Amino acid sequence: MALPPPDPQYVLRGANDAVNTLCFHCADPKPELPLLFSGSSDGQIHIWNIKTHRMDRMLNGHGGKSVLWVKTLGNRNTLLSQGRDQNVCLWDLAEGRKDVTDSVFTDHAGFCKCSLLQVAERRWLMAMPGKDLEEVRVLELPSKTSVCTLKPEADAKLGVPLCLKLWQPSVGSSPSLLAGYEDGSLVLWNLSVGKSLSRLACHQEPIMALDFDSEKAKGVSGSSEKMLCVWRQNEQQDLEMQQTCQLTNPGIADVALRPDKKILATAGWDYRIRIFGWKKLRPLAVLDYHTATVHCVAFSDHSQSRERLMAAASKDHRISVWAIYNQT
Amino acid sequence: MDLLPVCRAVLEANSILSSSRDGIQICETLQTIKRYLGGTESPPSLKEKEEFIHRHFTTFLQCLISNVGPDWLELFPSDEEKELWDSFFLEGPADQSFMVLLDSVISTGPSFRLNKVTEVLERFLQRGGLSSLMWEVCRHQSQAGSPVLQEALLNRVVCLPDHLANKLRGENHPVFFPQNYFPLLGVEIVRVLERISESLRGGLDCSIAFVSQILGKVCVHGRQKEIMSVLVPHLTDRTQSDCIWQRICWRLIESVPDRWMEAVICGFVRAAPGSAVLSRLLGNLVVKSKKSQFVMTQKLLLLQYSHPTAVLQSLLGYLALDSTRRPLLIKVLKELLGTWGSSSAVKHSPVEQQLYISKAILICLSHVKDAEIESNRQELLTSVMEGMKCHLDSNLPQIRHLGMVVAESISTRITPEGPALKFQYEEDEELRELKSLLTPRTEQTLVGDLPGIANNRPPVASSAVLKPSVRPSLGASEELGKGVDSDLDSDDDLVPYDMSEDKELRKIKAPAYIRDCIEILTGPEDADKYEATVGILETLIRRNAAAAREVSVELTKVLLHLEEKSYIEGFMGLRQSALVALAVTDPVPVSHFLTTEFYSLNYSLRQRMDMLDVLATAAQELSRPIPPKPERLPGVKQPSIHILSGENPDPSDWRRVVEERIRSKTRRFAKGPSRAELPCTPNKFGPVAGHFFFPLLQNFDRSLATFDLLGDDHMVLGRLAHTLAIVMYFAVNAAVAAVMGKALLEFVWTLRFHTDAYVRQGLLSSVSSTLLSIPAEHLLEDLSEELLETQAWLADVAERDPDGNCRSLALQNLLLMENLKKKLETVPFE
Repeated sequence: MALPPPDPQYVLRGANDAVNTLCFHCADPKPELPLLFSGSSDGQIHIWNIKTHRMDRMLNGHGGKSVLWVKTLGNRNTLLSQGRDQNVCLWDLAEGRKDVTDSVFTDHAGFCKCSLLQVAERRWLMAMPGKDLEEVRVLELPSKTSVCTLKPEADAKLGVPLCLKLWQPSVGSSPSLLAGYEDGSLVLWNLSVGKSLSRLACHQEPIMALDFDSEKAKGVSGSSEKMLCVWRQNEQQDLEMQQTCQLTNPGIADVALRPDKKILATAGWDYRIRIFGWKKLRPLAVLDYHTATVHCVAFSDHSQSRERLMAAASKDHRISVWAIYNQT
Repeated sequence: MDLLPVCRAVLEANSILSSSRDGIQICETLQTIKRYLGGTESPPSLKEKEEFIHRHFTTFLQCLISNVGPDWLELFPSDEEKELWDSFFLEGPADQSFMVLLDSVISTGPSFRLNKVTEVLERFLQRGGLSSLMWEVCRHQSQAGSPVLQEALLNRVVCLPDHLANKLRGENHPVFFPQNYFPLLGVEIVRVLERISESLRGGLDCSIAFVSQILGKVCVHGRQKEIMSVLVPHLTDRTQSDCIWQRICWRLIESVPDRWMEAVICGFVRAAPGSAVLSRLLGNLVVKSKKSQFVMTQKLLLLQYSHPTAVLQSLLGYLALDSTRRPLLIKVLKELLGTWGSSSAVKHSPVEQQLYISKAILICLSHVKDAEIESNRQELLTSVMEGMKCHLDSNLPQIRHLGMVVAESISTRITPEGPALKFQYEEDEELRELKSLLTPRTEQTLVGDLPGIANNRPPVASSAVLKPSVRPSLGASEELGKGVDSDLDSDDDLVPYDMSEDKELRKIKAPAYIRDCIEILTGPEDADKYEATVGILETLIRRNAAAAREVSVELTKVLLHLEEKSYIEGFMGLRQSALVALAVTDPVPVSHFLTTEFYSLNYSLRQRMDMLDVLATAAQELSRPIPPKPERLPGVKQPSIHILSGENPDPSDWRRVVEERIRSKTRRFAKGPSRAELPCTPNKFGPVAGHFFFPLLQNFDRSLATFDLLGDDHMVLGRLAHTLAIVMYFAVNAAVAAVMGKALLEFVWTLRFHTDAYVRQGLLSSVSSTLLSIPAEHLLEDLSEELLETQAWLADVAERDPDGNCRSLALQNLLLMENLKKKLETVPFE
């Protein structure tokens, strides 16, 4: 008889609205405390202390509009946040400050989250949805210079982008962008020439989330359907379907691969978090704790693998933190 | 007359042999006589030889044997002379030597002489004496040999192993063991046939009747397997391309006397590796001989049922292979269908036989051509209709399934273009095998099927058989390699958690109070609410017993009439577990309600059986309450938004149901441990057992317009009997047990000759639970008369019942009675 699924390690309460996004920052050497950043629908950004399980600070910079995405930029004191006020803000949190030092106006009214990739020491690329419906812009940070604007051909009819993932095959090589669109297709963009390399219509419904394993050149995407798609980039650099996995209930809000690429977590509209083995997409666990749609799952970046955690943010105002499969 | 010297020489020799003690003289005498057998430098005249062989050889041999003794043989100076003695038996006419040898074996007691004779007999057999013997008889049969002598020879040849085993007992030689002797005889028969075929080719006529008789007699003595294992492969081989051999083979079987024909045909049918071979060996025997036709079309198919499926396939394939035999195939099919469709056969013949007949029907169908079916369609249709009715009427699921499969198969053949008959049933191994018979086997696979025959084949053939069997193993190892390879890349180090809770999300909240449930179940239709309610009901009843008692009867009524309005997973189970929960929480009113309703109008059979099931399950739960499990607090341990925990029944509940099923079927007395457990927990069933039991017994013989237990509804009667058995069983140690037992035995007595096997099984179960539940001393005090009656009936059932389950149940009951008796004897009354 299989073991019953575990309960959450602890639950962070105190966000007064649905939590949309999470970002761990735990890799700093001691004595720095591990942190978890979260963004909620009421425009608040919360900084949680993972050690004490208490809220550390609260940031308010998007004028009460929902926060879609938060990400630390290199260190714990620099934070990027994207809100529905169509701004991406850069925060300075050092020495107890909570100031917005810079911001970029996306001019995009959708829900698409940005994607960040470090390409060199103190140099990042950020992909964000652009002004035109179908367009994606890529900026270099911190200089904010535009690298390219990715616009599909006029007859492609992809719809708006809904999820983005910047990646590069290895450090130093030219970065690529994977974007999931409203019509259920996935497009691989080459940033250096600004052209689409491949398009894969893997879903019937809009793609809600995707993640990509650059070592195995294999990725996963979820939509509002009852299935997960696993696809890969073949030798000709084209995307091709590899496998699908049927789920019990429809709707995937987020997918996340653990940094060691062993397991995959999905955030479901059915209030459940599902864990799969990444190699074969074998279902491993169904975590049933939340009482509303789960919006986001994230794995911590602890340097010690035993301390690794997984967090899930839900519409029920709670963030559940789990220690699952962190012994292997 | 120049024959006198022969006579004189023999007389002289006899007297010398019996009187002389001089080795040289004896040797000379033997040499002289040996001359008459020929083969020496001065051959006797033909007439002398014939005279010697016909008149004097037997007496001379007898004399040789009667004079042999330990001292006598020492007179011979060398081995050569000893050999001379043996050579008379080995080289002389085989029939006479054999007769003399075996006669002396039979007549002598254990002695040196007996040893000597058996030794010579062994050498005789090893040197192929039997074939010369048979050849001798065959050659002379045309000259009208004496039938008495032939009869005697036949007896001796066939019964040789018996005679020698009787005589030698522990010191028997291996060559005389039946398992060695009969294969040897088979080889010798082949040799004789070879000589016969040579002589036929040479234009000489000879009779095969004696060989046929030997074959027949061996077979009728039950040694078909041994002799056929040698004979069939050889004959198969030789008849392949040789028409003289085919004729010989047909003749061999045709000349078997009628009284032994059956055994021979059975032997051939069993040993032949397929219908083509069988057809080659038997020819058109079935058309020519009445007896063999009877055996092949009636006896093997309709009267016996122990043969393996391969026999059926060979036999029916044989009938189908030749156009002169095909009318017989149709006739057989009709007769088989007649039996299959006869309701008395379905009721009274054992399941195994019905399976056998079904197999035969399907094999027939695979051979019959469409045109043949077309011309007999009406007839077939009628018998299918009848057969289907009585099969579906049966209470035994196996028989119902057999009926379904056969009916389906026939209907697709009768109306290939029309809508096919389709039943719902779960396919098991047996049914799959049955269905596979519809596609005729190819002859090639048949050869490899019988390894016993492949061994005895000439080497060329056996290597051909071996080859295909090597290939699959290679393929398997390849597959294995692949499996290992793919396993390397799995997520095996991550052990999955239990994911059974991962069900579809439901929007509707289940009601929290029992009264709400009643409202929802009887109120306007709302599929989601309905489903949630059915799922939660059992939990609610068990959680709040007081509230459940208030509405127990009302809710029971609602549940009994509950319909599955929209598909709900596991609906039947959920409903039943809710009913059981009610019956357990409030036993007296609910059982009263159920037992009364059981005999009232306007219920379907399904509902009535549900009532019985509920009563039985509740009885079990009351008698052995499951220890209260630590309550799972939904808020803490298992935070979930859907609290339909009734959705997936607890594994222990599931096991309970299975155990309960098993228990309701068979051998209760083997369940030692469960009885030992009983005293550990309070038996809540004892005080209410009567409420469950007596009302059920009250009205079984009263037939209603819609419900006739003793008539058509024997399915429910069978279930009633089983339920009573279960209730009785769980009333163990209760005060009313003895009274219940008495009533139950009376019930059993009135129904003991019921034609339905399922009902009888129920009755037998009732008897066992009575025996188990009532203390032994009470049994003998209060129920002695009933027990005696029952015992007589049980003995009868154990011996004669057509149903195997019934027989074994009855036997177990008898054992149980025996054990009780012993127990009473060992424990003296205090």
